[in-house]
Amino acid sequence: MAEEIKADEKIDITNLVCPNTFVKTKVVLDELDEGQILEVRLNGGEPVQNVPRSLKEEGHKVLSLNENDDGTFTLFVEKVGD
Amino acid sequence: MALNDEQIERYSRHILLKEIGAKGQKKLLNAKVLIIGAGGLGCPVGLYLAAAGVGTIGVADADTVDLSNLQRQIAHSTADIGKPKVQSLKESMEAINSDVTVNTYEKFIDSSNIRALIRDYDFIVDGTDNFATKFLINDACVMEKKPFSHAGILRFQGQLMTYIPGQGPCYRCVFKDMPPKDAIPTCRQAGVIGAMAGVIGSLQAMETVKFITGTGKLLVGELLTYDGINQSFRKIKLPPCDGKCAICGEHPSITELKDYEQPACELKL
Repeated sequence: MAEEIKADEKIDITNLVCPNTFVKTKVVLDELDEGQILEVRLNGGEPVQNVPRSLKEEGHKVLSLNENDDGTFTLFVEKVGD
Repeated sequence: MALNDEQIERYSRHILLKEIGAKGQKKLLNAKVLIIGAGGLGCPVGLYLAAAGVGTIGVADADTVDLSNLQRQIAHSTADIGKPKVQSLKESMEAINSDVTVNTYEKFIDSSNIRALIRDYDFIVDGTDNFATKFLINDACVMEKKPFSHAGILRFQGQLMTYIPGQGPCYRCVFKDMPPKDAIPTCRQAGVIGAMAGVIGSLQAMETVKFITGTGKLLVGELLTYDGINQSFRKIKLPPCDGKCAICGEHPSITELKDYEQPACELKL
């Protein structure tokens, strides 16, 4: 279950718009080590369409993506590579 | 050092690039680049490196801005005529990005001062307009084991190559020595199309950013030439150093720097 994934770092990008959603995610992910997990709270629509896809394009592993009760989403991503 | 919110926004288009990212941007912010010459090439190099957030940029030039410079030296404006070029370029760079520290050296670069000057920098950009200084920069960079970008422009032609110590031929490996005095037309006689400075200077800025961030392949062992008349680029493979080069060879005959005589067009008339 997604709830059981333990994140090493957590960010909220619901106040940002494209492309800053992914920019902010990248900046935080850059600080992590390979294999560490980042939890991202993001809005539906464009962010939920683009951020997971961009993360995958850069080779990271999207572990789960779930919708929350308030309409936002929670994404868990594992950092791959340096 | 973490990037602040303003920096994240300013450099977002860099950060988005897989090859650069926040890590590459931090490398740029920590880098020190010296631009020799604040003219046709030095202007676009300075502007792009300042915009890119290269943290410390040195600019060396002894000249003041002249009306005839403005056709191609795009960091200088009409109001800057008479002002030292290093000052004018610094102001343009700082107007783009206050993250950047610009050190100015308002003096001629010669054999007595170049080694100490380049020692403080990670990468050197040759934006000069004469062979004497080009050979001087090459020899000093070989001696101090500093990487540098060479470029030259004339009429509708431009060229550039990059020297990385131990990885490929130096400028002297390729061009050996100063051309005979009247072999190459002087800049005042020959002219140069303004945009050529922008094309080649921008390519030098590209090499610099790639060197700092460790991205892609540099023009090491290759000379890139651009012909504006035919709109064609050509990449010429350069032979590796044969070991006999007078400066970077196994037994260099040049053991100390000297100042070559400047061609006639460099003299103050």
